[in-house]
Amino acid sequence: MVVTSSKELDTYLSDFELFEKNGATKGPSWIHQIRKAAISRFSELGFPTTRLEEWKYTNVAPIAKTRFKRAECEVNGLMAEALARATLGESACAQLVFVNGHFSRELSSLRSLPEGVKAGSLAAAWGSDPASIEPHLARHASYHDHAFVALNTAFMKDGAFVYVPKGKVVELPIHLLFFSTAPVGLAHERPGTAVVSYPRNLIVADDGSQAMIVESYVGVGTNVYLTNTVTEIVGGKNAVIDYYKLQRESEEAFHIATVQAHLDRSSNFSSHSIDLGGALVRNDLNATLDGEGIECTLDGLYMVTGRQHVDNHTRIDHVKPHCSSRELYKGLLDGKSRGVFNGKIYVHKAAQKTDAKQTNKNLLLSEGATINTKPQLEIYADDVKCTHGSTIGQLDQDAVFYLRSRGLDLATARNLLTYAFASEMVGRIKVEPVRAQIENLLVTRLHNGSRAEDTP
Amino acid sequence: MLEIRNLHAKVGNTEILRGIDLTVHAGEVHAVMGPNGSGKSTLAHVLAGRESYEVTAGEVIYEGKDLLKMPPEERAREGVFLAFQYPVEIPGVSTTYFLKAGVNAIRKHRGLEELDAIDFLAMVKEKMKLVEMDQALINRPLNEGFSGGEKKRNEIFQMGVLDPKLAILDETDSGLDIDALKIVANGVNAFRSPARAMLVITHYQRLLNYIIPDYVHVIFDGRIVKSGGKALALELEEKGYDWLKAEVEVAQPTIA
Repeated sequence: MVVTSSKELDTYLSDFELFEKNGATKGPSWIHQIRKAAISRFSELGFPTTRLEEWKYTNVAPIAKTRFKRAECEVNGLMAEALARATLGESACAQLVFVNGHFSRELSSLRSLPEGVKAGSLAAAWGSDPASIEPHLARHASYHDHAFVALNTAFMKDGAFVYVPKGKVVELPIHLLFFSTAPVGLAHERPGTAVVSYPRNLIVADDGSQAMIVESYVGVGTNVYLTNTVTEIVGGKNAVIDYYKLQRESEEAFHIATVQAHLDRSSNFSSHSIDLGGALVRNDLNATLDGEGIECTLDGLYMVTGRQHVDNHTRIDHVKPHCSSRELYKGLLDGKSRGVFNGKIYVHKAAQKTDAKQTNKNLLLSEGATINTKPQLEIYADDVKCTHGSTIGQLDQDAVFYLRSRGLDLATARNLLTYAFASEMVGRIKVEPVRAQIENLLVTRLHNGSRAEDTP
Repeated sequence: MLEIRNLHAKVGNTEILRGIDLTVHAGEVHAVMGPNGSGKSTLAHVLAGRESYEVTAGEVIYEGKDLLKMPPEERAREGVFLAFQYPVEIPGVSTTYFLKAGVNAIRKHRGLEELDAIDFLAMVKEKMKLVEMDQALINRPLNEGFSGGEKKRNEIFQMGVLDPKLAILDETDSGLDIDALKIVANGVNAFRSPARAMLVITHYQRLLNYIIPDYVHVIFDGRIVKSGGKALALELEEKGYDWLKAEVEVAQPTIA
């Protein structure tokens, strides 16, 4: 069902022509063939509307209506401070920094990257090392049924490429840091200044390897912009991948992300998805368990307020037998924010002995906050163990009273309980500096939030 | 220290307290006994400031101040402590963390300097001995996975740390085996002082073998129907509550 007006689509089609004219065709032709197929698919799909089941609660009309300009690499004055706050410093073995989707060699550091491990610009790699890229790129994240993946694929220009060779254990995390430095000022006062970036990442962990990947999205400035990002993750046999996605876009930002993991036999994939920023956020996280004995853990925490909207769609495909998946997403919603959780577990016919558990828990901190939560099981095998459940609640009044009876004021008691709710997810973060960062953000957010509540 | 006059309270449309009168002086330990549903726990919660109970009449004067006007945290800061019958489990918050916030809120209120981490821990170590608390226990999330006895010990431990003037123990003995009961009672006894008062709410006389009260009151149907010395508790133990019920019904015949 295409209801996007042709004018909106034309903007993207003509932008694609411009993109080609300005050098996109100069790269490897196989890359450009993929782009052309993707833009053609996008023109058929158009932007999704709320009439589509998968987009029922998330209206992307504000994105469709905004005229975005592809972002230049603009390093603004606020970058240095933002970088200092977001960096994992010495705790990361490599830090790749992207500014509006453009790789910044100066800001990046590959200091202690172990031998044989590749980390760098995807665009550089598809030129110099196509054999590592071609078998994977755009093979997993399908642009055939997702308009934003199609757009990302059509306009892909750069992003991160990480390759961990067979049997290699990378002890320290690899940090991929994406800054959006939209110019300061309101977009509707200066039409045409909203920018878009299309980061495209490929992470390949070969058989028996192990790696921690941290993806951070940080907004610098206050303007409207769109980050439309796609990450493909490929886990070989026995590979262990610990993946973090930390989203702290600016409060006016749109953030649309797809993460597609494709996992082979006996691999172990755990994902931690943290959403704190953005005005309109949609995450699609899909994992295909395409081998026996895979363990997959999806953790998520979203904490929104004001008029923020955050939508987490996850899908786990149990393709082969004897895999287990554990999913726990927790949401904290304040103000007039809205959360959406849609977790699908798809058990294919061959996937006997699947063991899947999915939970979504939400805490509504205000009258105006809403959550739409929908667990979905589709099971085509007959010998499986699958459970799902979701909860929506307010703070436990017994607990609030208990804390107050020990001298804590109402706001402190509420904050402490809110913190306690979220801390389970924070505690599961294994990368220490990431955990500290999130914990700080959480505490700061709670502290600021309590001021408004002090005055009844 | 505490003067309760004609206190009435209800939950929803059910009146539970129907005219409580009770005076407690510093240094005294009062036991409040009564059958299930008589209003003992309601009294405890009303004194601590639970908002789900609505006070419909009467007044409570604590240290010359109107206690009922204060929010729960202010009562705590003024020195009122309630040991819960069912302490709440709070995953994700350690006992020490939350207790430090409580201690410092109370100290600030009393014009004392806030304790830093070192002084706080030193004080905590001292108070842990009171009820033989384990260090590992207080570093764990508050009451999460604690046994009944551990939870009750934690309540008395918190009482020691928060240093209240008026301690209300709501069925602190329920669910305790005899060893745990002795530990809890020892903690409470060590805490007795001429400057402090205690209201010990219990269903059974057993606890009062270890915590010897100065006065015993029996609540029935939302009123104190009998008061006496510690002998009253023994009498109740021997005869049960039924003889009192009969006595009350004779005194106040219900109109059928």
